[in-house]
Amino acid sequence: MSAWWHRHEDVRTWVALSPALLLVGLLFGGAVVMAGLRSIGLLGIGEGGPSLAAYRQLVTDPGFARSLGLTLYVAVVSTSLSVVLGIGAALLLRRLGAGRRFATTLFQLNLPVPHVIGAVAILALVGQSGLLSRLAAQTGLLDAPAAFPAITFDPWAIAVILQYLWKEVPFIGIVALAILSASGDDLEEAARTLGASTWQRLRHVTLPLLLPGVLSAAVIVFAFTFGIFEVPLLLGPSSPTVLPVLAHRRYTDVDLAARPEAMAISVVITLVVVVVVLLGAAGARRAIRGDAAVTEVGS
Amino acid sequence: MTRTEPATTDAPRPATQPTTGGAGATPRPVALAVVLLLGLLLLPFVPLVLASFAQGYFYPQVLPERWSLRAWQVVLEPDGATWAALRDTVTIAVSVAVLSLVMAVPAGRVLGTRRFRGRRVVELALLTPVLVPAIAVAIGLHVVFLRLGLAGGVPGVILVHLVPATPYVVLLTAGVFANAELELEQQARALGASWWQAQRHVTVRLVAPGLAVAGLFGFLVSWGQYVLTLVVGGGRVVTLPILLFATASGGDTAITAATALFHALPAVVLLVLTSRILGSGALTTFGGAR
Repeated sequence: MSAWWHRHEDVRTWVALSPALLLVGLLFGGAVVMAGLRSIGLLGIGEGGPSLAAYRQLVTDPGFARSLGLTLYVAVVSTSLSVVLGIGAALLLRRLGAGRRFATTLFQLNLPVPHVIGAVAILALVGQSGLLSRLAAQTGLLDAPAAFPAITFDPWAIAVILQYLWKEVPFIGIVALAILSASGDDLEEAARTLGASTWQRLRHVTLPLLLPGVLSAAVIVFAFTFGIFEVPLLLGPSSPTVLPVLAHRRYTDVDLAARPEAMAISVVITLVVVVVVLLGAAGARRAIRGDAAVTEVGS
Repeated sequence: MTRTEPATTDAPRPATQPTTGGAGATPRPVALAVVLLLGLLLLPFVPLVLASFAQGYFYPQVLPERWSLRAWQVVLEPDGATWAALRDTVTIAVSVAVLSLVMAVPAGRVLGTRRFRGRRVVELALLTPVLVPAIAVAIGLHVVFLRLGLAGGVPGVILVHLVPATPYVVLLTAGVFANAELELEQQARALGASWWQAQRHVTVRLVAPGLAVAGLFGFLVSWGQYVLTLVVGGGRVVTLPILLFATASGGDTAITAATALFHALPAVVLLVLTSRILGSGALTTFGGAR
C-alpha cells in the first residue's frame, strides 16, 4: 500500500487537490448549475418543461436593457478611470524619496476596508447633506442641501463610481508599483541615455512594461465593479438599477414567478464576467509577448 | 528623471510628514501631489469620525457644535447589537480561515511545487469563483441550502463564504510553497530525519508565516462579505456588514458612523500589522480578493 502510494505521484497530486476542488465543484459549480437550470424553468417551483420564457422576458423588457447598460457603463468607466489614475499614482509614489514606504502604506489602507463601509463613508462625504455640501454651505456657495449637486442615487451613478475609485485606484496603483519595482529602471535609463523624452519613455517603455500585469488587475476590477451588490444598493439609482440589485429584487419578489428571471439575470452576470476574464487573459498573454519584445530591444 | 534609492534608514518609522525627505530626495510638486492623493483617499473617513462624535450634527455644521460619546456608548454597549454581530462575524470568519487553510495546504503545496497535467485547468477552476460575482453564487445556492436546512444559520453562511475564500487561500498558499526553500526538507531527510520530523522541524517553519497571511486573507474575505450573508443568512445571521447596512438605512448618522469605524478598524489594523512583519507586499495581494 505504502509503496504503491509513493510510486504514484499523479494519484497523490489529485488526492491533495481534491478537498479544495470538491468544495469549488460542489458549492460554486452547484450554484452556477442550479441558477442555469432554474433560469430555464427546471427544478423550480412552478413545474413544467424547460422553457426560455425567463430569457424572452428579459430580452423584451426595456428595464433589463437599461439595467444592463447602466451596469456596463459603471464597470467600464470605473475600470478605465482606476487604471489611468492608478498608474498615475504609482508613477507619482515611485518618485518619492524619503517616506515612500509610509506613503505607500497609507495609499493601500482602503484595500482591506469592507465595501459597505466605503459606501457609508462616501455617502457621508458627497451626499446632499454630506461634508462637502456642508463646507460649500459654510463658504456661502449654497444655502440648502438640495442645492448641492445630486451625485448620490443619481442616474449617472457618480457616487457609486467614486466609491469604486476610492477602492480600486490603490489596487491598480499597488499592482503597478510592484511591477515597476520588480523590473527596476534599467530600461528607462537605457531609453534616456538613447535620448528618449519623458513622454517617449512613458509611451514606449514604462506603459508596455506595465500592460500585462495591469490588464490582469483591470479584469479583476471589471469583474468586481460589474458584479457588486451592496454599493449600488446604498449609493446608486434605483430605476434603472444595476443587474446584481435587479437580480436580488426579482429573487426576493413576492411573486415567485419572478424567480426564473432572477436566475436568468444571474446567468447573464456570470457570462459577462467569464467572457471579460477570458478576453483579458488572452490580451494579457499577447501583451506579455509584446513586453518580451520590448525587453529584447532594451537589453 | 532622477531617482534615488529608497531611504531605508527612515522607512520603517512612520514620520508625521510622509514627504519631507532628506537632501532634496523628492521634488516639491511630487510631494504635494502625493499629499493630495493620500488626502483624497483618506477623506471619506473624516465625516465618519466627525459624525461619530457629534451630538445633533445638523446641516450645515462642519465641525459638530456639541461633541458627544453617545454613539460610541450605544455601539459599545455590553449587551448591544454590535458585540453580538462581532461575535458572529468572528466565529464565521475564523471558521472560514481555518477550513480554507485545511483544504489549501495540500492543494497549495501541489500547485506550488509540482508540474502535472491539468494544472492550468485547476488554476482556472480556482480563479473563477474568486471573480464570478457573489450575487450569482448566493441566489444559486440559496434554494439548495433551503432544502438542506442550511439557510438562515451560521453553518450555511460559513459554507457559502468558503466559495470565494478557499480558492483565494489556495492560490496564495501555492505562492507560499513555490517561494519556500523546500530543498531544505530533502536535506533534512538525507541527514536522517523521518518524514514527520522533516515536516515538523523544517517545512512547517518555512511556510508558517506565509500560511498565517493566507489564513488572514481568508478571514478578511469573510469579514467584509455582505450579499452572501444577506441571502443565505436570510436576515437571521447578523454579521457586522449586515448590521452596518441596516443601521445606515435606519438614519441615525452618529451610530452608523461609529458602527462603520468599529467594523473597519480590525481589518485595517490586522493588515497593517501583517505588512509590518512581512513587508508591504502583504497588502498588495489582498486587493485581488473581494
